[in-house]
Amino acid sequence: MSNAIHLHYEVSGEDFTRAGEASSAVKKRLKSLGYNPDAIRRIAIAMYEAEINMVIHADGGFCDVDIYPDRVEILLSDHGPGIPDVEKAMQEGYSTAPDNVRSLGFGAGMGLPNIKKYSDEMRIETTIGVGTNLYLTVRVKS
Amino acid sequence: MIVKDIIDILEGEIICEGDLNQEIKTACGSDMMSDVLAFVKDQSVLLTGLVNPQVVRTAEMMDMACIVFVRGKMPDDSIIRLAEQRGITLMKTRFRMFTACGRLYANGLSGGTKV
Repeated sequence: MSNAIHLHYEVSGEDFTRAGEASSAVKKRLKSLGYNPDAIRRIAIAMYEAEINMVIHADGGFCDVDIYPDRVEILLSDHGPGIPDVEKAMQEGYSTAPDNVRSLGFGAGMGLPNIKKYSDEMRIETTIGVGTNLYLTVRVKS
Repeated sequence: MIVKDIIDILEGEIICEGDLNQEIKTACGSDMMSDVLAFVKDQSVLLTGLVNPQVVRTAEMMDMACIVFVRGKMPDDSIIRLAEQRGITLMKTRFRMFTACGRLYANGLSGGTKV
């Protein structure tokens, strides 16, 4: 669609303190475009959790964000280890994050469940040893 | 309740000042940011013992107005700068998590969820 706004962000896997910068930038952009605040919050949280996952598990990657009048589509792509058991990873409380990540406030096993909760559509393509693509769509009520 | 009231109730010390007159409807106390992100109500205050930039980012994503660091914990400059840029009030209280939450609850602030 020609009226989409396309944004691209590289997510560094080396600096945990910078994780969330892309989500923050998208949130700001959506605010300036006048999108519904509840939708913006859902988009920001879903993307933020996914960005954190990329940093924790996959050494970073990139995000492509397409902003349409009625929805926002996000692709988060990494070259990490892949998710061996997606069904398990979707369970609340299940986490494979190392202890040092828990001490940073994440790894409670809520990341993917939260992402699913806040997005209208979520699709995971994952291959062990190759990486993961996470596709999210959040619809926006005007 | 407004942000200013929280300072009084928790005998708090302001580290970075946002809008002190912003209305506070509910609060959330946790060191796990994903648990905070799991309940997207109008949770306008975050009480936490965790001190890192992701605390501010979590508050930002949730549209929270104020972060309270319990047990007198002091965030570093990078965290303070991040909060300043986003207009989020940071404060610290000498009270521990349980006591700080209890004081706010006793003064009429709820968790905003049924359970």
